[in-house]
Amino acid sequence: MTLNIIVLAKQVPDTRNVGKDAMKADGTVNRAALPAIFNPEDLNALEQALGIKERFPGSKITLLTMGPGRAADILREGLFRGADDGVLLTDRAFAGADTLATSYALSMAVRKMKDFDLIISGRQAIDGDTAQVGPQVAEKLGIPQITYTENIEHIEEGKIRVKRRLENGVEIVESPLPAVITVNGSARTCRPRNAKLLQKYKHAKTVTERQSEDMDYIEIYDRRPYLDLTEWSVADVGADVAQCGLSGSPTKVKKIENVVFQAKESKRLSDSDVEIDELMRELIENHTIG
Amino acid sequence: MNNLFVYLEIEEGLAAEVSLELLTKGRSLADRLGVKLEAIAAAGGFGDIEKQVMPYGVDVLHVFDDPRLYPYTTLPHASILVNLFKKEKPQICLMGATIIGRDLGPRVSSSLGSGLTADCTELEIGNHEDRKAGESYENLLYQIRPAFGGNIVAWIINPDHRPQMATVREGVMKKEIRDANYKGEVIRHEVKDFVSDEDFVVSVIERQIEKSKVNIKGAPIIVSGGYGVGSKENFQLLYDLAAVIGAEVGASRAAVDAGFAEHERQIGQTGVTVRPKIYIACGISGQIQHIAGMQESSLVISINNDPNAPINTIADYVITGDVEKVIPKMIKYYKKNMK
Repeated sequence: MTLNIIVLAKQVPDTRNVGKDAMKADGTVNRAALPAIFNPEDLNALEQALGIKERFPGSKITLLTMGPGRAADILREGLFRGADDGVLLTDRAFAGADTLATSYALSMAVRKMKDFDLIISGRQAIDGDTAQVGPQVAEKLGIPQITYTENIEHIEEGKIRVKRRLENGVEIVESPLPAVITVNGSARTCRPRNAKLLQKYKHAKTVTERQSEDMDYIEIYDRRPYLDLTEWSVADVGADVAQCGLSGSPTKVKKIENVVFQAKESKRLSDSDVEIDELMRELIENHTIG
Repeated sequence: MNNLFVYLEIEEGLAAEVSLELLTKGRSLADRLGVKLEAIAAAGGFGDIEKQVMPYGVDVLHVFDDPRLYPYTTLPHASILVNLFKKEKPQICLMGATIIGRDLGPRVSSSLGSGLTADCTELEIGNHEDRKAGESYENLLYQIRPAFGGNIVAWIINPDHRPQMATVREGVMKKEIRDANYKGEVIRHEVKDFVSDEDFVVSVIERQIEKSKVNIKGAPIIVSGGYGVGSKENFQLLYDLAAVIGAEVGASRAAVDAGFAEHERQIGQTGVTVRPKIYIACGISGQIQHIAGMQESSLVISINNDPNAPINTIADYVITGDVEKVIPKMIKYYKKNMK
């Protein structure tokens, strides 16, 4: 048995490590100061796909992402890590998409790929934390979804069994295939498998990247088709422009506010015995503790 | 028609805390809009669900009783909501930002083509003027949520699509009984009119649910640790202090990510929101997403070797020093003086 697996991934600003220079003086986010990375839980998703490929040699993993041209970086990273192919869904008309417009676009790309047994994505992306795109893609394709997956336990012809991590426990769930599985950060981390892949795919590029760069060895792309990263526009996937991007998004941002907390006047103490004892005496005396 | 709906999450016949919190919020929003508050209960064999939820001011309770609806699986619950909403045309639908709500909400919103905002921290009613399109809207739901890793707050609206859907985490809203004798209508629906047999293709083979041992939300005192605590071993000091003074141990996202503490102890926007009497923040720098989850604590003590840690600005007491040195001193004083 071999499976065709699509992994949905997103390039995100690394919001986990927002340093001091990541916020501008006016309190807004300085996006340029945040590195763009492969969304962490999408790496957990890729790892699950790689695990299946190891169990069922000959299975194929296609990485699908939507984003600006630079999002091709995560396709290359995915190839280095063992994916077989990468597709970049990119078009100005996709810009400003909320989760619903995003899942519409992704589902149209999936439909164009036709043959797939399984779609795996991270539970959520760290720039939005919504966890909505996976289930919405499943709904658009009319197939089941299993969210909060920690491990794909078993796959057989037309059937998958996964372990879900719930708030207070675990659940083993069985679903027919094809299905959409979203994977938690608590799942296995994605380990690099073969250093040679980095050499192999170093020059993998989309057609736009090839055209915009002054390259000496442009003919290698004719000889090595695996270096060609697929690039699809709205028209390529046959999507309805009205359902894409800002116009296809039911949610609108009314405004953005900076986060300001009410500062308090603090009492400053050192870590000396005397000052700690004094604080504790105060807390016990006024029955705050004890 | 055009009422406000709350999806009730049900575990072993009991409505979840978050659902009761949402009924409370839903009741006040419904009052503001002059509409009814309706609730949906879908599970298998629940006894007194009416008694549990009516006091929160539920005008209409929709009951779907079928053993196949429990434990929860996505498709049948989604079909219930989608088909009920096609008929009832609610203007607002609220659900918990729990594993169930965050699984169900997007499926339903995609099917109805309506907007959904995850993990709201505030919900308000207000107007909106779209100057570019020359449209004005009255009484929209402002869905206020942190975005971009909690570094900004976004106000989201769904001007043209209904229902306006939002999820809210447990503990963010306060639950409050409206009237112990509140009497609403109960409608028992035929499940088969809403759900097809094909909706049951996904099955739960096994389920191991433990009652949570951690009760951070209800703890009057919380000793909470961040990445600055340094290691899982050092975190033991926090447990020691907590045991002595009768506190619960919490953690920041960074500490949880580093493996110092379990996920259920995480405090902040992506964890639990807490309002304890005392919050002792140990080695927590105070990223916005963390502060948002504890800023309503009555008294905040920050222990940090960085005198400029952001959390210090909202702390009542700032102890500049190492967690490993300060905590043992606190334990020692307490033990000596509270015998």
